[in-house]
Amino acid sequence: MSVTYLEAIREAQARLLREDERVFIYGQDIAGKFGGAFKATKGLAEQFPGRVLNTPISEDAMVGTAIGAAMEGMRPIVEMQFADFSSIALNQLLNNAGTQYWRTQTSCPITVRLPSGGTKGSGPFHSQSMEGIYSHYPGLVVVAPATVEDAYTMLIDAVAIDDPVIYCEHKYLYYHLKADALPKDGLPIGKARVVRPGRDLSIVTYSAMVHEALAVAQQFNADGIEIEVVDLRSLKPLDTDTVLASVARTGRLLCVGEAFPWGGATAEVIARVATEGFHLLDAAPARINAKDTPIPYHPNLWTEHRPNAKTIAAKSRQILAE
Amino acid sequence: MLQTAERGAAKESNAPHPRYLEAFRWMLQTRVFEEKLTSLYRGGQITGGVYIGRGQEAVSTACGLFLQKGDILAPLIRDQAARAAFGEPLINVTRTYLGSRQGPMRGRDGNIHRGCAEAGQLAMISHLGAMIPVVVGKLLAKKMKGEKGFVGLTTLGEGGMQTGATHEGLNMAAVEKVPFVVVVTNNHFAYSTTNDRQFACAHLVDRAPGYGYEGHKVDGTDLAACLEVIGGAVKRARDGGPPQLVVASTLRLAGHGEHDDASYVPPEMRKEAWAQDSVQRAEQLIIDRGLLDPETLKQWRAEVVAEVEKAVETAQREGAPVGNEEDWCALSTRELMDTIS
Repeated sequence: MSVTYLEAIREAQARLLREDERVFIYGQDIAGKFGGAFKATKGLAEQFPGRVLNTPISEDAMVGTAIGAAMEGMRPIVEMQFADFSSIALNQLLNNAGTQYWRTQTSCPITVRLPSGGTKGSGPFHSQSMEGIYSHYPGLVVVAPATVEDAYTMLIDAVAIDDPVIYCEHKYLYYHLKADALPKDGLPIGKARVVRPGRDLSIVTYSAMVHEALAVAQQFNADGIEIEVVDLRSLKPLDTDTVLASVARTGRLLCVGEAFPWGGATAEVIARVATEGFHLLDAAPARINAKDTPIPYHPNLWTEHRPNAKTIAAKSRQILAE
Repeated sequence: MLQTAERGAAKESNAPHPRYLEAFRWMLQTRVFEEKLTSLYRGGQITGGVYIGRGQEAVSTACGLFLQKGDILAPLIRDQAARAAFGEPLINVTRTYLGSRQGPMRGRDGNIHRGCAEAGQLAMISHLGAMIPVVVGKLLAKKMKGEKGFVGLTTLGEGGMQTGATHEGLNMAAVEKVPFVVVVTNNHFAYSTTNDRQFACAHLVDRAPGYGYEGHKVDGTDLAACLEVIGGAVKRARDGGPPQLVVASTLRLAGHGEHDDASYVPPEMRKEAWAQDSVQRAEQLIIDRGLLDPETLKQWRAEVVAEVEKAVETAQREGAPVGNEEDWCALSTRELMDTIS
């Protein structure tokens, strides 16, 4: 038996609905036999009547409603059909959910699932990675699982947290990634993981880019170069300690992220390593992001727009040559 | 004694609404309090803006008066009267405006942004329409938990009716079939902008059927009408009716905030019937119908002044928040706070 990343998300939600009567799922096209644009809730509406609810095409009001329900003691999970559409709900997420606890000392435990990142042919409005925007604002926890196991345990953990959690699930991983079974427990939110140890270069990344980095590490291994790959798992809080420990071992840092280049997770990691671990570095740290254009539709353009094994390998060689 | 009681009963029956006098007292408290706020603001005693509901006291009082424990109120900037009538202690607003660290927002947010969770009142954000779905979510959760007999009410201006968030929120309330009332006060100025640059329908109440709401118009300067119409809408929603839209007409008898002299309001507009002062109008009715004798009215005013003065004195004696004593943590899960050294 094997479980995909998408099935792990569905199974986590099934377990949450089964074990916690405060949980309900709120989103577009998620109910009935349809079960969501990506089928992340397939079968759940029938299994849990009245707790998997279709909403109007109203991202702002969906999140606003979830905030109200959370403040009234529920644990809503909001499914955005695509992360890109959460831009409509930015006001509720940043100004209402994110400020609630600080202003009123009332917890706002909502979990917002963002189907993120690119797939071939999805184009500028169905491919975005928005973790940088959400991490910039106070009051939100932002996670981006890269494995089937993390997709499962981090969603369960996200719903248990008394604060708003932005859960960035990668669409490319939905069907591409399989595990043998669902895990019993996992690493907590807020902790990064060294997924492959090495001594020559640290590649710090998250979400789908973890797998591109692992491919590069495997390729370099043939030449006797050992690349360490760190999966951040949570963007906020950022596990600076694990990153610094990795850089202490390798002396070299490359950050890889699929989001746009200005600011964001990769810039934050480099800023922290430069300020807190400057003495650990044997070469200038570098980063690779998507290009600073909207995300292209055609596969030939899309594969060049985002970081990939080829560009990561080239940049790695450059850092290693310094 | 018997004579007095009989006279009281006779007077009560002259009232145009059974809760007229009770409502008037909240209006009076609001007027006196907000005049005090204005004076403190002009004296440099208040940091940030002061936003008052002068001219909207009748509508606002009616918004708070018919709510009960378990109901939800999401007030906006001109709703001091609604907040007070629905149970927010006067000291809360005083502490917030005067920056006391004992206030409900402890200096973290100011003036009109406070909430009062124990009295069912949400802390508004400035983005108009944003509180509508939050009320819907509260009501939806109550429904899911099997609670009964509750209602949620929020207020808006004619300007706030024009945002995308308002459209989404109003529709969501109807789709979720929650007991919801929205009271829109058209005070004819959204900051400085007039109705003709805000909307182009004949009357905002015409939108009610488009959302699946029942719509009601009311003269916002007439306390009895406000009590009748808003009280009726709250009851209709509570009893299982569809969402209710009430549109009240008034003139804002102040600036947008106290920093604004409202010199853009044409003088002839102040002579319109809908530009009357609802507090003066209610007081005149009370005198004309003999609902209170002049002595009692004077005594009420003195009581209200004393309540306001006491609250201000208390808040002024309290300490301000201190930066290096503040808990700079925006999450309730402390261990998940991101730390940058």
